[in-house]
Amino acid sequence: MGKKKESNFEESLNRLQEISELLENEEVGLEESIKLYEEGIKLAKFCYTTLKDAELRVTELKKQLEENIKQ
Amino acid sequence: MKEQILSVSQITGLIKQTLEENFYEVSVIGEISNFKAHISGHWYFTLKDSNAAINCTMWRGVNNYVFFTPQDGMKVIVNGKISVYPPRGSYQIDVRSMQPAGVGELQAAFDKLKQKLAAEGLFDEKFKKPIPKYPMKIGIVTAIGSAAFQDLQSIASRRFPLAELVIASCKVQGEGAALDIANSIKLLNQQNDIDLIIVGRGGGSLEDLWAFNEEIVARAIFESKIPIISAVGHEIDFTISDFVADLRAPTPSAAMELATPNKEELFGFISEFSYHFEGKIIEIISNYRGQVNLALSSYGFRLPQDFVRNRAQFLDNLLYRFQNVFVSKLSALKNHLALLESKIQTFNVDKILQRGFIIVKQNEKFITKKKYFNPAESFLMKFYDGELKINGQEKRK
Repeated sequence: MGKKKESNFEESLNRLQEISELLENEEVGLEESIKLYEEGIKLAKFCYTTLKDAELRVTELKKQLEENIKQ
Repeated sequence: MKEQILSVSQITGLIKQTLEENFYEVSVIGEISNFKAHISGHWYFTLKDSNAAINCTMWRGVNNYVFFTPQDGMKVIVNGKISVYPPRGSYQIDVRSMQPAGVGELQAAFDKLKQKLAAEGLFDEKFKKPIPKYPMKIGIVTAIGSAAFQDLQSIASRRFPLAELVIASCKVQGEGAALDIANSIKLLNQQNDIDLIIVGRGGGSLEDLWAFNEEIVARAIFESKIPIISAVGHEIDFTISDFVADLRAPTPSAAMELATPNKEELFGFISEFSYHFEGKIIEIISNYRGQVNLALSSYGFRLPQDFVRNRAQFLDNLLYRFQNVFVSKLSALKNHLALLESKIQTFNVDKILQRGFIIVKQNEKFITKKKYFNPAESFLMKFYDGELKINGQEKRK
């Protein structure tokens, strides 16, 4: 569940980047621009709150497989 | 005394006893050759100088305490005892400990391994994997209790708390460290969701950092499918790991800075989107409005408008002309009418005069009744064929 949210963040941020580049490009039509902007604002909100509320998680990997690797 | 005849075993036993009792604790300096790390974990090698050579063994368990992996040509000091192996009648040093003959030896070993791996292409740029921009799971290969790990944690927490650190804790110095590091890298590679691995430790002596100069670590880094940042010691310390890794960081802290995007910059980007693009979208809309206006005022769009205007003007002209014609016609008719009227009047009076009547005028007025006539004044008598002026009676008195 958490993983999904995380990759969503990356995808959202990438999409936001993409949208900002598309909007900078004058060739995008009016309707398209407005659609992109609306999508972008949603993504920006999502990214902002996700990042704002984030807390670093630390997991220690148990070396249960270590023996397998050694052989 | 009869000459004593000994069996092979007996003489070998005597030699074994003599040697092992007399050389129980020896330190020998020499150059390693024919080094073999057997699959059983034991080491076999020859120690030699220009005139002599001696076989050596170092058993598994004991050799764990050697912080470096011996290489052929390396000058070392070994400490141990002489032992004899009766089945072959050979003697060897049973090595208990080993150290490089000097720091120069480590440097030489470093250079040699570096050359070898470079020749194999392990440092080639073409094998360098790109470092992901937003690593969500960062594998850490270091000692979990170390200051280096503390630094990694605090920087990740400050810059990109969205990430998860997955630590595969390992020894970073001393015996077995190299193998431990290599295994931790492999372990992280067995997870399926690690985006990036940071391998490293804080500063220390050349011996402390040596594990990161070991071939086994270099190969584990090279074989990793996950991109690896190597961060060993301080800025000035270069290790073999640094050369093989996809990216070298001067310190563990720097590695985490390279690995993670800055939260503040991301916030900046996000709010820039919200602010900048609000203006941008307004600009786009007004651009389109401008384009619409431009289109409306274009020649093509003006044509129908002009057509209408032209027709309107034509119509106005027409009406104007109609009006003019009408007005002038009307006034002409009026004139004609007036003319006719006066003609009619004139015609009536003339007829009456023709029949012999006259009109009397006094002081420019027609005298239509007797009472208006003043006999004292002169008057005009209008006949059909002319007027006759008659002076008043006073003058005749």
